[in-house]
Order: sequence, then C-alpha cells, then structure tokens
Amino acid sequence: MIKKEDYKLGFLQRNSSKIFNLTVYSILIILSSPIVLAYAWLFMRSFSTGMKHGFIPIGLTFNNWRFMWEQISGLPNVWHVTLNTIVLGGSVAGVVLLVSSMAGFALSRFTFKGQGKLLLLILMLHAFPTVSLMVAIFYILRITHLLNSLLGVILLRASMDIPWATWVIKGFYDGIPREIEWAGAIDGYSRIAVWRKVLLPMVKPGLIVIGVFEFLSGWSEFIFITTFIFSNKWWTLSQYTYTALGGYRFADYGLLTAISVWYILPVTVLFIFANKYMTQMSLGGIKG
Amino acid sequence: MDKKTKLKSFNKSLPWILLLPLIALVLMFYISPIVITVPLSFTNMGLSFKWMFVGLENFRNIPRDPIIPQIIRNTFVYVFTTLIVFNFGMAVLLSLLTTSISDKWGGFFRTLWMLPRITPSVVYGLLWLWIFDPSKNGLLNIILSLLGMPSQDVFHHNPMLLIVFANGFVGASMGMMIFSAAIKAIPVEYYRAAMVDGVGWFTIVRKITLPLIRWHLLFITAYETLSLFTSYQYILIITNGGPINRTNVWALYTYQTAFSNFKFGYGAALSLVLVGVGVIAGLLYIRNIHIESTSNALEI
Repeated sequence: MIKKEDYKLGFLQRNSSKIFNLTVYSILIILSSPIVLAYAWLFMRSFSTGMKHGFIPIGLTFNNWRFMWEQISGLPNVWHVTLNTIVLGGSVAGVVLLVSSMAGFALSRFTFKGQGKLLLLILMLHAFPTVSLMVAIFYILRITHLLNSLLGVILLRASMDIPWATWVIKGFYDGIPREIEWAGAIDGYSRIAVWRKVLLPMVKPGLIVIGVFEFLSGWSEFIFITTFIFSNKWWTLSQYTYTALGGYRFADYGLLTAISVWYILPVTVLFIFANKYMTQMSLGGIKG
Repeated sequence: MDKKTKLKSFNKSLPWILLLPLIALVLMFYISPIVITVPLSFTNMGLSFKWMFVGLENFRNIPRDPIIPQIIRNTFVYVFTTLIVFNFGMAVLLSLLTTSISDKWGGFFRTLWMLPRITPSVVYGLLWLWIFDPSKNGLLNIILSLLGMPSQDVFHHNPMLLIVFANGFVGASMGMMIFSAAIKAIPVEYYRAAMVDGVGWFTIVRKITLPLIRWHLLFITAYETLSLFTSYQYILIITNGGPINRTNVWALYTYQTAFSNFKFGYGAALSLVLVGVGVIAGLLYIRNIHIESTSNALEI
C-alpha cells in the first residue's frame, strides 16, 4: 500500500504546469516586446513634446499634428494626399471585387476547356513576385500612357491581388449548394440573374473580407507610387510619409510619428475592432 | 440561328466573358512584362526608350560590374540570416509557443505578430529607424543605457542587422501562421499517448510535432528563401542600400539600376534572374497546394 508521504512531490513537480506556462508567456512577451514598444512609442510620441529617457512622454501637445492645418516645407497639402489615398484604396477594392467575383463565379460554377490549367496559373501568379517585373511594367505603363496616373497604379495594384482574391471568392462560391442555383433557374432566372440575385448575396462575407483587405492594400501601396508617380498632385500618404522620413529622419520624431499615426488610422481601426479577421485575411494577400 | 441555340452558345461562352477582365489584366501586368523583359535585356534602353539591340553586352557587363561581388555577398547574408533567424527560426518558435498555451492568448500573440505585416511599409520603416536610432533616443540605446552599456550605432557599424530585423519581424508571421495551423491539425491522441509515457515538452516537440509538420517546414524554407531573394521594399525605405552599398542586394540593385540610373536594358538583364526565381516560387507554390498543405491557410 502506498502511503501519502511515500510520493511527495517537489515544488517544481507540483507546480510544473504553472512554471511551464509562466516560461512560455515570458518568452512570448520578450520576443514580442519590440513590436509592442515600437507601436506604443509611435502613438505616445505623436502627442508629446518630447520623451524623457527616450520613452516616457513629457508634455501633451498637438504641435506635431500641425501638418493638418499648416504647410510643411517640402510636403503638399495632407488633405489632398489623403483624398488620393482614399481614392486609391477604394478603387483597388472596387476593381478587385468586380473582377474576382466574376472570375470566381466562372471558375466555380462552369466547366470549360482549360479550366484546371487556368486555376493553376492563378495560383502560380499569386506566388509570383511582381517586383521582379518593375522594369518591363514601367515600359508597359509608358506605352499605354498610364505613367504618372493613379489609374495605372490602381490597375497594377489590383492585378497583383486579383489572383488571391479570385481564389478566396471561388472557395466561397464552392461552398454554396447547387440546389439553390437550380431553384433560381426554375424561377426563370438566367445564369447571370442567378449569380447577381442569388449567389452574390450569399458570398457577401467573402466580398467584405476582400473589400476591406484590398482597401488596405491600396491604402498602403508604396513601391508603385514612388516609382510610377512623378507629380505630387497624385501622391498618396505612403509617398508623403516617405518624403517626410527623408527630410526629418532622426530629427523631428514628433512630426514623423504624427504623420504615421494619421496614416495607419485604418489599420489601427481594423486591429482593434476586427483582429479576428485580420490574421485570417492578411496571409493570402501579401507575400512574405 | 434560332433563339434557343443562340442562348446555348451564349451560355457556352459565358465563363469566358466573365473571365475576360481577369485575363486582360493578367496579360497586361504579368504575361507581357515577363515576355518583354527578355528582349529588353538585349538592349541598352535608357531614358530615350529606343530599342537598340546590343546583343549579349548586358550579360557580359554583369561579371565586370565592380559592385556585383559585394551585391551577391550581401544578398546571401541578407537572405539566409533573415531566413534562419526569423522566417524559419522565429516562425517555428512562435508557432510552438503559441500553440502550447490557451487558444485565446496564443491567438493574441499571433495577431500581434501580424501587425508589422499589415502596417504600411513606410511607417514600419520609421519604427525600426527609431529602434536603432544611433542617438540616446532609440529603443536599443535606451535599453543598453538602462543596463549600463555604451550606445551602439548599428546604422553605421552593422547596417545589415537593421535590415535583417526589419524584414524578419514581418517575415516570421507567414511561417508562424502556417505552422500553427498545421500543429493544431495534429490529432490530440498523439500528445495524450506521449503524456501517458511521461515525456517532456522538448521531447514531444522533437519526436511528434516537428516530424509531423516537416512538409510545412520544408515548404516555408524553400518559399521564403525565394521570396526574400526578390524582396527589397523595406531595404529601400530604411537604408536604400546604404551606407555605401553595404545593405544593397540583388533585387534592390536591379531596381536602382532601372529607376535611379535609368539603365532599363541593364536593369532588365539583372531582373531576369529574379523572374527565374519568381517562376520557381510559383511552381513550388502550386506543387505544394497539390499536396494540400497550405490550402487551409489560403482559404480563410
């Protein structure tokens, strides 16, 4: 018979799962600390006159935000630039939604020659790094007169994301039972009408995810703007922030952080209110 | 043609009509650029945009270019350091740790690590410029001074470190998400059996978890190597290859050749390597989708 005292457990053994958890959390907190500290600094710094020991904010001020009502040397009007950024984000979302919802429907609901190959091509393009084609894309935008125009960047950014969006929305279409479509057909709808009136409302969750993600994709676009846009009439916030970074790096953190906080506002909103979806949708869209 | 056959042929061409915008954009921004890059690389096209064919001259110039050996060295250091430490190493560590605690908190940490990925790249660049700010105001130097150590000027003494960290904190999240999903898909019975045998966390990781996700590990390693090779956005923002080309890599040098020096022909020749890498990445990707592993990450 085993008596109680025969199998005394040591402190470490009794608390092994607690100690394990404590260790895991500590490591995760240490590893993630640069992210947390950097974003915390970004927000705090934008509202303060300076930082004690580099990190503790002193003196609340809105002077850093003066770019919203004053002219900053070397930078165009921020409201105009913000409007351009909204147009870019909104148009990219619009184009991607239109093209991918049509293509996804065709790929999910029809059988035609070359379908399998087309699907593979779409997947392959999703993984293909566009930045390697910049030289030739510059040439193509030039001969189509799309250089120095937001339309060029909109079409380009949208094209980069359409393979991903088509693949995602096709998955949503695939999940809808065929019977629902037949019911529509029996009611006398054509295939297009069935698509518009029956299927599209049913894939709405997918459309919302793609729409939000594509808005952010256009909103954040940098390389295409800085390479293919020459006049500050068509600047977006990425070029605005980049130019500010060039002029004031290491010099005026107040201004730079305030501009940055303004720029990442939509990302912040998404992070706070919809972070559950954020992880799900971010992966497919951007390449590591 | 009567009405019925007309409708039938319309229905037959309907999928192609629906696919038309997709195909047009793919032709314009993927297929044509790939095709054009090849003849372009045999010209000395500059700002005049004249097609002046010069044969193999651009390719002969690559090994003669005095900066190329340094570029190649930097590219290897950048790709493999970032890959080993972050895109693979940190990704494995984060996925193992976040799947060892409650789903709620594991998910929280994973979301946190997605933040760099969805942050506009210019703002993200600013964060790293601050972290490695050579003055006393940067995060690294604040921490060092708290520990009583002298300030570091990473920006001038070891700029590649800055680049590796900035890219790594973005790059780790892709592997992290894919590995975490794969780990969560491992049947819980395996772990129970191991627990009955009384083995510890490290043994479980080494004998069960890692062997079972080995295809994912392999895929991410290969895919991330290729994608790091073609990425230059954060380097462009943070150091633009400097100081004096010490952080310049093949992809960035290609970009600068074309868009800072306006040598489009030579730039196209340099970018052919990247196009090759891109095609391999694409093939690898579809191959992997075929063995179904990343499909769960893709399908939301």
